[in-house]
Amino acid sequence: MIEFKDVSKVYPNGTKGLNNVNIKINKGEFVVIVGLSGAGKSTLLRSINRLHEITSGEIIIDGKSITKARGKALLRCRRDIGMIFQNFNLVKRSTVLRNVLSGRVGYHSTIRTILGLFPKEDITIALNALKRVNLEEKAYSRADELSGGQQQRVSIARALAQEAKIILADEPVASLDPLTTKQVMDDLKRINKETGITTIVNLHFVDLARQYATRIVGVRAGEIVFDGSVEDATDDVFSSIYGRPVKQDEMLGAKV
Amino acid sequence: MDALKKRRLSLMKRLVTLILIIIILWASSAGSEVSISSLIDGLPGMGSLFLEMLPPDWSYFSYVTDPMLETIRMAIIGTTYGAIIAIPFALLSSRNVVKWPVIYYPFRFVMNLIRTIPELLLAALFVPVLGIGDNAGIMALSVFSFGVIAKLAYEAVEAIDNGPLEAMTAVGANKIQWIFYGVVPQVIASFVSYTLYCFEINVRAAAILGYVGAGGIGLYLNNTLKLFQYQRVSTIIIYTLIVVVIIDMISNKCREKLI
Repeated sequence: MIEFKDVSKVYPNGTKGLNNVNIKINKGEFVVIVGLSGAGKSTLLRSINRLHEITSGEIIIDGKSITKARGKALLRCRRDIGMIFQNFNLVKRSTVLRNVLSGRVGYHSTIRTILGLFPKEDITIALNALKRVNLEEKAYSRADELSGGQQQRVSIARALAQEAKIILADEPVASLDPLTTKQVMDDLKRINKETGITTIVNLHFVDLARQYATRIVGVRAGEIVFDGSVEDATDDVFSSIYGRPVKQDEMLGAKV
Repeated sequence: MDALKKRRLSLMKRLVTLILIIIILWASSAGSEVSISSLIDGLPGMGSLFLEMLPPDWSYFSYVTDPMLETIRMAIIGTTYGAIIAIPFALLSSRNVVKWPVIYYPFRFVMNLIRTIPELLLAALFVPVLGIGDNAGIMALSVFSFGVIAKLAYEAVEAIDNGPLEAMTAVGANKIQWIFYGVVPQVIASFVSYTLYCFEINVRAAAILGYVGAGGIGLYLNNTLKLFQYQRVSTIIIYTLIVVVIIDMISNKCREKLI
């Protein structure tokens, strides 16, 4: 369970990224965060694993405060949270397998990992992770030989190899075409269902949010303005989250 | 009105620049007493020297093979030492690896300072300390290579994609793992390429380090010149040319493959 307690974030230039956010996300949920760009979706997501530091309040994950975690404890917290980025963030010159194995570094000593001496079980874990996103045969290809959608699925495999309890996906499909978007979202959803891994996804496509989410959270100006089931998230709700009627290009369906 | 003023100003700037360049050129040539006429007067002398160098003393080739190999060895060892010391400096000088200016500014300063010293001067400094011979040459080339490689490598590190670094932070990697999985794979090819490039420079530099007593073929070049053995001089020059061209070719091929 992830719990935000009065979380606020003020950027050095004075803009408020998050304003007194309180929310609980339960284990196994598939939460989609929606909002305009700049509304604070990304800040909200990245504050969970402290890629962004918050200014006040506290975030508690499975009973432990990541906000107060220092040094090794923080690394341990992060190890349990997989992250998927808009630009995949793979090392393009490395092999797919090495990229997936990089998710395992938190489990081993520094010396072992820098020499690349992963135990056999880790290789098996990494290959299994690739199998789950249907990319097992690409394990020894260089990452930049893969298409965008495939690269994104490699980054999902990295999160799986991490054996994370939570997956955070920050606009995972924003640089993909509609077809690969569906593959990536299907993979995320399937993994969420099969393993009960808590999944939080930032999206700006309204129809995708409705299709995949079990719960939708609307963010506007750093505040949570909607939190409810897909059925409750009507067009009117989206209009109020966006502060204007939903546009055609915010529907993925319109692009196909 | 305003546009006209600006136009005039830019014209003035160009004129001043031109005048400055002419003054600098004139002052330099007057100061070093260089003149076109003395260059032309020297032409016949150059011609006769060139004739004296022919034909090269072919038997001398085998005699200078050992110093030639020593020159290459000096370049190899010097480049390797320099490259190894360059690694921590390149990382510690990079803003995206070390977030604190108190660390990366001093490292950059040391790096830039060392880079300003020419290799011949370094060799001249090391010869009194380490004695005449290739040790002084190796040290000079190490320090020189360090300056070149560290500078190029640090610029490569600062230009890498931030994405993988962010990803490594997110998986809970510690700083060393973060460097080895986020930074190293992104710069290793450039690093090797810069090291090879530096090796090319070092072979050329090593060939003249003997002039200040720092080992290698330069010593023989100096001696034969002093003894007016011009046919041997040309042998050395041809030999050096061949070796440099071959090494450059191999190194270039390797570097092409890397990118």
